[in-house]
Amino acid sequence: MKKYLLDLTVTENTRLHDNYVLLKLTQDDDLPDMLAGQFAEIRIDGSSTTFLRRPISIHYVDRTTNEVWFLIQLVGDGTRKLATVAPGDVVSVVLPLGNGFTIPESARCRPLLIGGGVGTAPLLMLGDGLLKSGIRPTFLLGARSAKDLLQLELFKALGDVFVTTEDGSEGEKGYVTMHSVLSAQTFDRIYTCGPKPMMVAVAKYASAHHIDCEVSLENTMACGVGACLCCVENTTTGHVCVCKEGPVFNIEKLLWQI
Amino acid sequence: MADLSVSIGKLQMVNPVMTASGTFGYGLEFQDFVDLEQIGGVIVKGTTLHHREGNPYPRMAETPMGMLNAVGLQNKGVHYFVENIYPQIKDIRTNMIVNVSGSQIEDYAETARIINELENIPAIELNISCPNVKQGGMAFGVTACGAAEVVSAVRKVYGKTLIVKLSPNVTNIAEIAVAVEAAGADSVSLINTLLGMAIDAEKRKPILSTITGGMSGAAVKPIALRMVWQVAKAVKIPVIGLGGIMNWRDAVEFLLAGASAIEIGTANFIDPTITVKVAEGINAYLDRHGFASVNDIIGALEV
Repeated sequence: MKKYLLDLTVTENTRLHDNYVLLKLTQDDDLPDMLAGQFAEIRIDGSSTTFLRRPISIHYVDRTTNEVWFLIQLVGDGTRKLATVAPGDVVSVVLPLGNGFTIPESARCRPLLIGGGVGTAPLLMLGDGLLKSGIRPTFLLGARSAKDLLQLELFKALGDVFVTTEDGSEGEKGYVTMHSVLSAQTFDRIYTCGPKPMMVAVAKYASAHHIDCEVSLENTMACGVGACLCCVENTTTGHVCVCKEGPVFNIEKLLWQI
Repeated sequence: MADLSVSIGKLQMVNPVMTASGTFGYGLEFQDFVDLEQIGGVIVKGTTLHHREGNPYPRMAETPMGMLNAVGLQNKGVHYFVENIYPQIKDIRTNMIVNVSGSQIEDYAETARIINELENIPAIELNISCPNVKQGGMAFGVTACGAAEVVSAVRKVYGKTLIVKLSPNVTNIAEIAVAVEAAGADSVSLINTLLGMAIDAEKRKPILSTITGGMSGAAVKPIALRMVWQVAKAVKIPVIGLGGIMNWRDAVEFLLAGASAIEIGTANFIDPTITVKVAEGINAYLDRHGFASVNDIIGALEV
């Protein structure tokens, strides 16, 4: 897919709660094609400690309003600075980067989309894409606490949503891999994005139950286009760039101890 | 429109803007952003005789106005390059230059000999900052004698333009430049990355898997500029300047310091179209100051 360097204009910056913002960006021309699971490299101006762009998952593309959405967790100086943009500001964005999730060919597929924290971001666009292909997604979303569950109403509009929180403030208490829906229902495809320990646990579950599973990795990266070889993951074919060969990988390709 | 063309050895370039090895892939990765014909040359990633997996992850740490990397020359080896990459890049209408690395002199020479056969690769850039496995891992390029030895061996088998990329992690870089000039280099490029280190205080651990790594980016520019100035005064062969060039003004500063061409590296990560913007900016500068040719400003620093 062709990649673009674009100056996009901020249309909305909503603080979802203390640690997360939802950014919506647009331009006059139609936004390029983007796939669920792909990401953008966003430049952050005015932060003296932020030199490189920040790789951020594409959360959703609203074709009716010609907006691309990013769900951003405030983790360091760069993302905190990015969270201060206002409607009308221009943000330099390189997109779409990497490969998206695989959409099953059979409409009879029963996919489970497991997200943790800000890792739920690409699952909104994926769920939307699945639904448009005639496949109803089921979501299993985990967070530390109820307030860390993001965009729940939007997920509920696409399919069934099951929730775990570590403190039990919403849904079942514990981790996603402990949720009762895993024993109550059967799935034949799992997609997951979130903290690495969560994804490893999900991959173990999928592997043990012979369920096809794709994970989205977020290794530290610089260029985003497969040039600098910094973000490598060790795989069955050696070191490969997460930015170019991923960020979505089938767990069969990874050398995780699962 | 000023005349931007420059020559380095037998290389003719439309302008002095090249890309630094390891920051621009094989050029193919940037074709969505840049028309490669509009830049003087592309130096593709470091190529070794044999396949190398490189260092374990993590390989990168961001630093104030810069970054550290510890990729470890990951590449699939020169034979893979010849069979699989060369066919994809041989018709790109700019100077496609291969950066050659090795861990022993024989490997450098053999890699250079193989690339010498490729019609559309008009030059190589020798990376002499690699550890010499036969000398206890000390880099070839940190002594004048070690640097000259590699260059002589490659010169014997390589007839086209030979650029030697110098390490800044030395006491006197001009002395190394003079030694590689005497050994037959057509040009020197500098600076390679500066050895640095990053620590995660919370975890009390190094950030890079290799503990230390090579620093690049805007923060290294003053050091690079100083070294280019020193080397340009010391040698007669053309100097290629690199190290922290982020925009056309940085590039002009290197030309004034004595560089005949420049390489853009880490800045490609921040703006994938920066190479073309720098070429345009140099042209605008020349027009604004009434210079007919870029050659008029090479080494034109008034001191």
